[in-house]
Amino acid sequence: MQAQFKHLQAAHCENGVTTNLLQHVGVNITEPLAFGIGSGLFYIYIPFLKINNGPAIAFRTQPGNIFRRTCKSLGIEVVRKKFSSEKEAQKFLEECIANNQPVGCQVGVYYLTYFPKEYRFHFNAHNLIVYGKEGDNFLISDPIMENVTTLSSYELERVRFAKGPFAPKGQLYYPKKKAEITPENIKQAIVTGIKRNVRDMLHIPGPIAGVKGIKYTANKIKKWRDTLGLEKAGLYLAQLVRMQEEIGTGGGGFRYIYGAFLQQAQAYHPNAPLTELSKTFTQAGDLWRTAAVQASGIYKGRITAQADFNVMADYLYEISDLEKQAFISLSKIKW
Amino acid sequence: MKKEDIPQDPSALNRHTKELCYATDKDGNYVTALSAGWDVKIKALDLAWEDIEKRIAEVKQKVLKKEASPLLYFMELRLMDMIILSAYSGFWQWQIKRHMKPQVFEKLSQKKLEKYAKAFNVSVEELKTMNVNASSI
Repeated sequence: MQAQFKHLQAAHCENGVTTNLLQHVGVNITEPLAFGIGSGLFYIYIPFLKINNGPAIAFRTQPGNIFRRTCKSLGIEVVRKKFSSEKEAQKFLEECIANNQPVGCQVGVYYLTYFPKEYRFHFNAHNLIVYGKEGDNFLISDPIMENVTTLSSYELERVRFAKGPFAPKGQLYYPKKKAEITPENIKQAIVTGIKRNVRDMLHIPGPIAGVKGIKYTANKIKKWRDTLGLEKAGLYLAQLVRMQEEIGTGGGGFRYIYGAFLQQAQAYHPNAPLTELSKTFTQAGDLWRTAAVQASGIYKGRITAQADFNVMADYLYEISDLEKQAFISLSKIKW
Repeated sequence: MKKEDIPQDPSALNRHTKELCYATDKDGNYVTALSAGWDVKIKALDLAWEDIEKRIAEVKQKVLKKEASPLLYFMELRLMDMIILSAYSGFWQWQIKRHMKPQVFEKLSQKKLEKYAKAFNVSVEELKTMNVNASSI
């Protein structure tokens, strides 16, 4: 069984799944629009949580939010299921496939056989689409891959029931029915998405999240050389870069995707200065990359002085200010 | 980032896929393009793996010196922490900590050993001897 299906490669897995599933029900949407409407841009440094012996840092909103919020803002009903039994999870999936219903699945990447081994960690919030079955193989559209792929039913079950933090518990989701979404709906949803993102980046309480969280991280980085020693500080910086950029975890250049979102949103809101603000996010993205280059200088052992850590921290201060300004400008738009 | 600046450094990902990136064209419009990889990221990942290999080698020595049970070795080998091992094995963290002691591990029942072996995706024999093809999962 194989649903009418067109694979779509994306920069980030949940964006890709959201975009693809929505296009499937007739919503004319792109990855950047899904990301922006879902208020995907975020930052958080969780000091008391460690992942792979390094700091827990995220550059986007919590897994599941992009799909949930995008559908909600567009007024699209969603089916979302978790299972306690693996058998039932498989049965429900088979029924969806039989009904030509492609479904989004949350999976762990550790046993994801088509990923290179180097990229497989116990990260349980990856997303992919199952769209068909041939023999014992499920047909898989993983949005970060150029092409479609397959997983045997055993392999798919193993990743759908990966254990640990964010355990997917066989979770699957899809939009309930065909949707009539007008440009006016998208126009409204863009406003909702931006307002929510302003709230998340500027007004979230506590020092560790939003634009404040970027500053918080900068302060930490300044101390890493003394408190952790050079080797561990290097590993921590490497982790920051991986979370920022890497496949399966961060999934690349969220500031750029947000820039692309604002640019596309301009067409729906000709009177708002969105293209202008898009440039600020491009600048923020460039600065994140410059910071990554600085970090790599440190973890490659090329530059190791405290002054080099300070430069790294200064980039983050600059980014924090830049993103703060951008979101303040967004908050002041009269829609 | 400008489209022409998208890095194309060959990475381990290359045999599998290229990554989609958003970048700006000469008119400042956002477009998508593929990247083969970026050496900044490649080195970050390499470093993470060097650290993992180092820790695996360290804990192996610890187990050989009878300072810990093979559970510690397999936990590192499978990139697990206590939370993850507890979730995969069904044991409480305090139980696992106890089973990390060689003298306690040696007295574990076959049933308990099987639970651990399953969590690590190895046989009970491999679990006891650490004699396993490390790259297979």
